[in-house]
Amino acid sequence: MASTLEDLKELQRATEEAAERKAAGHTGEREITYRDALREAITEEMDRDPNVFLIGEDIGAYGGSYVVTRGFQEQYGRKRVIDAPIAELGIVGAAVGAAMGGLRPIVELMTINFSLLAIDQIVNHAAKIHYMFGGQFTAPLVIRTASGWGQLGATHSQTFEGWFAHIPGLRVVMPSTPRDAKGFLKAAVRGNDPVMFIEHSLIYRNRGTVPDEDYILPLEGAEVRREGTDVTIVSWSRGMFLALGAADDLAQEGISAEVIDMRVLRPLDMDTVVKSVEKTNRMVIVEESWRTMGLGAEIAAEAQERAFDSLDAPIGRVGSMEVPMPYAKNLERLIIPGKDEVVAAVKETLR
Amino acid sequence: MAKAKAEPAVANFAGLDKDTLHELYRQMYLIRRFEERSAEQYAYGKIGGFLHLYIGQEAIAVGAIQAMTERDHLITHYRDHGYALAIGADPGAVMAELFGKETGTTKGRGGSMHLTHTDRNFWGGYAIVSGHIPIATGLGLAVQYQEQDAVVICIFGDGSTNAGAFHEALNMAAVWKLPVIFLCENNLYAMGTAWEYVSAVQQMSTKAAAYGIEAEIIDGQDVITMYEATQRAVEHCKAGKGPYFLEAMTYRFRGHSMADPETYRDKEEVEKRRSQDPLILFKDQLLRGEMASEDDFKSIEDTVEEQVEAAIQFADNSAVPDPSTIEDFVYAEPIWKSNGVAGEETARG
Repeated sequence: MASTLEDLKELQRATEEAAERKAAGHTGEREITYRDALREAITEEMDRDPNVFLIGEDIGAYGGSYVVTRGFQEQYGRKRVIDAPIAELGIVGAAVGAAMGGLRPIVELMTINFSLLAIDQIVNHAAKIHYMFGGQFTAPLVIRTASGWGQLGATHSQTFEGWFAHIPGLRVVMPSTPRDAKGFLKAAVRGNDPVMFIEHSLIYRNRGTVPDEDYILPLEGAEVRREGTDVTIVSWSRGMFLALGAADDLAQEGISAEVIDMRVLRPLDMDTVVKSVEKTNRMVIVEESWRTMGLGAEIAAEAQERAFDSLDAPIGRVGSMEVPMPYAKNLERLIIPGKDEVVAAVKETLR
Repeated sequence: MAKAKAEPAVANFAGLDKDTLHELYRQMYLIRRFEERSAEQYAYGKIGGFLHLYIGQEAIAVGAIQAMTERDHLITHYRDHGYALAIGADPGAVMAELFGKETGTTKGRGGSMHLTHTDRNFWGGYAIVSGHIPIATGLGLAVQYQEQDAVVICIFGDGSTNAGAFHEALNMAAVWKLPVIFLCENNLYAMGTAWEYVSAVQQMSTKAAAYGIEAEIIDGQDVITMYEATQRAVEHCKAGKGPYFLEAMTYRFRGHSMADPETYRDKEEVEKRRSQDPLILFKDQLLRGEMASEDDFKSIEDTVEEQVEAAIQFADNSAVPDPSTIEDFVYAEPIWKSNGVAGEETARG
């Protein structure tokens, strides 16, 4: 399995290649990092709407754990960039109330692991308020948080996007590219639903193009990142780069893989997946989470419901090993799936 | 629980005029009768699930809301019928909500525990114990951020002061000096468990001291005391001095909900507490102070009786929600599909 550093290089390469493909023939775009895409989205929305403000742990003087908000407190002041106590339940609750009261909070939860401390506010409150009060008011908050790993131990290396994608009333996005990150974040800030906006600590340095002009992207719809005819590989966030890397390797062996980036995890765009499977007749799902009860299981179930007759092989699933994350580097490498496992899973469906 | 005042020499009406005092009595009586009739409707099977009656605690909602302006905000726990009625929600709409009808305060979506009245910034009842307290802090943040001349009143029970959300919310409100009045209804029981088994301190306001929040313990059975204390709290918050904590000592005359077997407190205790009935206390006060006559009470009570009967009729005659609307309100209209200018829609969709 690839090391973190190798993964990073690989991701970098995959992103750049994707960006080049994307950029070909386009004007009015520029290349920036994923992190800068987030920074641009935040500052543009703060400049546009005085009710947009940031709240989170160490987002001010410290600059944010993943350096997304560095310098913003100097620029916008403490009123609009609020360093909160280390109390996620209180932070998200305060953001829910502020959103109901007319503000547009962008919450930063340092990592998605800590979202569990706030889960009552996210699931029982933010997600329900519009419905249980009969549509009379909304809680339009955005919760930015980061998934990821890198010898951080058992409680800091998890990916919980599936937990939130389970909940009606939430919108859940997990963008993989700077263009999606910026467009989704701006749409999330302007929209009236609570949005879980999940980043990944290992793709902040990835580069990609974004349009020069002000734009938002609808918080819906998967995207075909690479067209192919033999197998459909479905993933999102960092997993999507593993899929692209695997597709490159498979191409060397004459196997044509189509890669779908789910991008939005609730609502799931199964139409794009089904359409692809009807063409390729084979499918592999790649996720960094544990497979048991995960998003991949849901995608596979729905794919077989809707495209059973098109499938020529059981749907393959690649996920992490079902153990809490160990600290030791050699063990950690065994947990998270790598490109080679994706290649192997694809070959299994072609056997 | 504070002791009943022995016959005060001069009744205190906090400078409120006769009409206002009558209105306060009317609201308390409305809550009382509404709740008694709700219990009856529950027995008839017209109300499902939970029904948490406010009987015995009426003076708190009525007194506190009297100290609020139209701009102020209110958010409460799930024992919210009294608050909805006192702040002006139509009793018919409240009863219709309990009946699960489309004409209810949340169109039959929320039920008894999630009443609301947005005309008066009543942001609803919430049913996760302590869950709404951080939300109150957030509403306070919005008030301060937008420089509104307003306060937020957050109602919760003694049981919720033992949960983490309470402490996180109070700390944040104090750190940021937010205009939030934390009003604890201490009825001595966290559902069916007496306070001494679950709280390290007898007075919940002691916990406010940990965050440097000014607090007072007041007699929650006395509507005038409630009004005056809330006024003090409002002045404190509006002067920019940060949050304020009120601990209103009270007692729930009925069970926690309709399903409560009341095995945790004995009948003698309940009977003894009934001598502290806020309606009887206030009635006596008004009679002694010659602010109302028996005829006035009869007139108010007859009117309320008709109003509650009309509320039941309204709820009975209302339609249930149309099943075709079952997925409405899960999400707001997406900005990329609406015709409105992106980002210029208000939160109150």
